[in-house]
Amino acid sequence: MTAPLLNVKGVTLQYRTQEHVVTATYRVDFDVSRSDRFILLGPSGCGKSTLLKAVGGYLKPTEGKISLNGRQIAAPGPDRMMVFQEFDQLLPWKTVKENVVFALEASRKLRGAAAREKAADAIAKVGLARFADSYPHTLSGGMKQRVAIARGMAMEPDILLMDEPFAALDALTRRKMQDELLALWEGTKFTVLFVTHSIAEAIKVGNRILLLSPHPGRVKARIDDIPYGMAPSAAAALEKEIHNMLFAEEIEEVEHV
Amino acid sequence: MSDMTPAPHIAVSRMEGEAHGVVEKPLTAFDKIYNLNWLRKLVMLIVLAVIWEVYARWLNNALLFPTFAETVEALVEGAASGILVIRAWASIQMLLAGYAIGIMLAGVLTFLAIGTRIGSDFLETMTSIFNPLPAIALLPLAMTWFGLGSGSLIFVLVHSVLWTVALNTHSGFRAVSNTLRMVGQNCSLSGPRLVCMILIPAALPSILTGLKIGWAFAWRTLIAAELVFGVSSGRGGLGWFIYERKNLLDIPDVFAGLLTVIIIGLAIENLVFRKIEEKTVRRWGMQQ
Repeated sequence: MTAPLLNVKGVTLQYRTQEHVVTATYRVDFDVSRSDRFILLGPSGCGKSTLLKAVGGYLKPTEGKISLNGRQIAAPGPDRMMVFQEFDQLLPWKTVKENVVFALEASRKLRGAAAREKAADAIAKVGLARFADSYPHTLSGGMKQRVAIARGMAMEPDILLMDEPFAALDALTRRKMQDELLALWEGTKFTVLFVTHSIAEAIKVGNRILLLSPHPGRVKARIDDIPYGMAPSAAAALEKEIHNMLFAEEIEEVEHV
Repeated sequence: MSDMTPAPHIAVSRMEGEAHGVVEKPLTAFDKIYNLNWLRKLVMLIVLAVIWEVYARWLNNALLFPTFAETVEALVEGAASGILVIRAWASIQMLLAGYAIGIMLAGVLTFLAIGTRIGSDFLETMTSIFNPLPAIALLPLAMTWFGLGSGSLIFVLVHSVLWTVALNTHSGFRAVSNTLRMVGQNCSLSGPRLVCMILIPAALPSILTGLKIGWAFAWRTLIAAELVFGVSSGRGGLGWFIYERKNLLDIPDVFAGLLTVIIIGLAIENLVFRKIEEKTVRRWGMQQ
């Protein structure tokens, strides 16, 4: 096995609200290897998004260490591009193409013609070449998320961080986007860390799943080597198994009443 | 057991022929004309002008209320002789000076406010103190401090612009979504680069609103201040023109002065600011 690209070790994350210090995750460990499609799966309150933000460098762990390529993560950076759930992650004052160019130029990765070429290429890959000069507000939700993915991929980050990117989309579009994401992955085999609360999405998109329990988030199970393009019956069986694992406690609680 | 489940039956419908009704229908000529915003307003203005004319003729007292025709005549004469143009230009020059200084100070204040907690507290306290205070109320004080001259006018103008612009800009910055900030940080933007490349464009709708309100405040404040004194170094503005003509009992000229004030105010608000909005926030879908 190759050395892990991303190493998360004993990470406890806390954030402050008005009255409390909330522990989002407690001593979480996991490794992501190159070309993994690694899923953080769990119900709301399991700290999966907070964990992703910590990997993004937006939040410092109160305990533990997160390192990428052996270097500890201290601040946000273009080596970990984020794709957010919110549609307003595109700069509304820039066209589709300018949004991608902006990321490349602001991070000083590329500039001028090289940046424009790279941006056009990434936009074509997500099938939006026709809309390169459109402003974000004229695009549908799915198209906006495609642009965000194009922006993330154009930056060629070490790892692409996706925070429930398809959660705000309708069910049909969401399925299509999952297929497209997988097709893009087949092309360049980029590494992606993907947060979702949908078991079906986790099984479809991921090759590895980290199951988190809520309040605070702790690792419940890890599922490795999920075959690419699993047969529907096997996927359904795995979905059921994960479902049982996630909700086992609740059923026990009910039984004890 | 699954063998027992009957397979669903799918019936695909044939969508041929012109079975559906008319999908789109053109509007009638009247509907189209009635939908023209400017035309409806123009008709309303004409009606108002006619009412004015009829009432003034019936009143028949040019000292109290000149007719619309007399007013227009005075306006045209004033414009042709250049006196109205000179007075208007004097006002606008003064206004631009005060406006520019006010915006610069507002920029400095908001910059400090987004950078530091103390700056933010300072801005919030100062705006809440000075925002309810009409700038014109400071004129007597300004006159004792700076004398009868452009210094006093610029002082009240700055005061009328500064707080609105600063308040709107600051609240615009604070309303910028966290996601956009994070996108900026993701591209290694921070400090002044984050402000210039993310915060300012993202807050542009509020900034423009602040600039618009600031302009309107400044224009009203200036005309009002000029009514009190306007003859700094022998060149009065529009407010002074109105005051002067009233003393000469040249009431059509007073009306012409008032009309000029309205026309300039409308022109700036509807041409300059509207154009800027169309080119920016409306084009970007940030404002309807």
